[in-house]
Amino acid sequence: MYDVIIIGAGPAGITASLYTQRGNLKTLVLYNEKSGLEKAEHIENYYGFENGISGEALYKIGIEQAKNIGVDVIKEEVTKVENNIDYFKIVTPRGEYTSKVLILSTGNKKNKPKIKGIEKFEGKGVSYCTICDGFFFRNRSISVIGSGNYAVSETNELINIANDITILTNGEKAPEIRADNVNIDTKKIEEIIGENKVEGVKFKDGTEIQTDGIFIAQGVAGSADFAKKLGIITNKDNIVVNANMETNVKGIFACGDCTGGLLQVSKAVYEGAKAGLEAIKYIRKNNK
Amino acid sequence: MAVLKITQENFEEEVSKSNIPVIIDFYADWCGPCKMMSPIIDNIAEELGESVKVGKVNIDDNKNLAMQFGIMSIPTVIIFKEGKAEKTFVGLRDKEEILNGLK
Repeated sequence: MYDVIIIGAGPAGITASLYTQRGNLKTLVLYNEKSGLEKAEHIENYYGFENGISGEALYKIGIEQAKNIGVDVIKEEVTKVENNIDYFKIVTPRGEYTSKVLILSTGNKKNKPKIKGIEKFEGKGVSYCTICDGFFFRNRSISVIGSGNYAVSETNELINIANDITILTNGEKAPEIRADNVNIDTKKIEEIIGENKVEGVKFKDGTEIQTDGIFIAQGVAGSADFAKKLGIITNKDNIVVNANMETNVKGIFACGDCTGGLLQVSKAVYEGAKAGLEAIKYIRKNNK
Repeated sequence: MAVLKITQENFEEEVSKSNIPVIIDFYADWCGPCKMMSPIIDNIAEELGESVKVGKVNIDDNKNLAMQFGIMSIPTVIIFKEGKAEKTFVGLRDKEEILNGLK
């Protein structure tokens, strides 16, 4: 078991790992998607670089720096996170990892697809949380919007609950999944239809399917997706933390762009440092 | 005020006929985020005293109530005023947001 698992390898996550590893805690950083930092062409407002530096270079240096002091930094997509009270279980397509503390630093990317009707039907058939709401669709026909590993993971959560599931890729390539009650439809979606609750999906080509519920699992799971399943309080999809970077869930910290506020490297570095130091205190205090 | 256990049997008496606003938390025992909502609701009940009624509905034991209010996602918190569902919050919310909903 790791002492600390950090999801996200941007400046917040990597800085947290520098502190926890140097604090003698066995630390793993898991990352997958392109970081917000990598997309910054040239950074001139961060301390210590006389000619500025590209976001991509700074990102790579950070990962190497963490590896050099012994942090395990692994490129694997996290599809599921479980809070088992004594420890956290982190699932990737390749396997599982466990830790005593979890630090979320997944950036501020929002995964909500821009499809007409999604917001209107939130809580009325549109859900972001299979483990919370799957129950409502027992033996019904449901859909999952998404096409990647996360969509497959969410579909697997629902396979034994729903009567049948249709994965709607919305124009993306179909994922690989084999189950008798799972179909895949790659057509582009026009809108979600229904009176007071979800009744179906209309595609751009004018055809429709009936569905009782829609679970959103587009792209790679981000902080807001994990937060919903773990019971972490968010505000407009930003994770709510206190001054110690603690969330409302014991043992889970968050730092960097996923907590909202200034989307700057300097703010992410501060929050990462604070989360790392507080994680060390937490583990020592709880004698873990 | 104590947090009331609301059921199909006492809903009319405690919620429909209430002359003060009622905050109801629809939850289930197996739902992780509901466990996080629960202390927030307790805290609201403590803070607001006698001005507002606060209750919880276990949706497994009270399926008719869950159906009546179209609950398809939990936790869901509904604020009732004069017996009518005035405001609905789907998903985990912080205390402030729910208190703002009372205004």
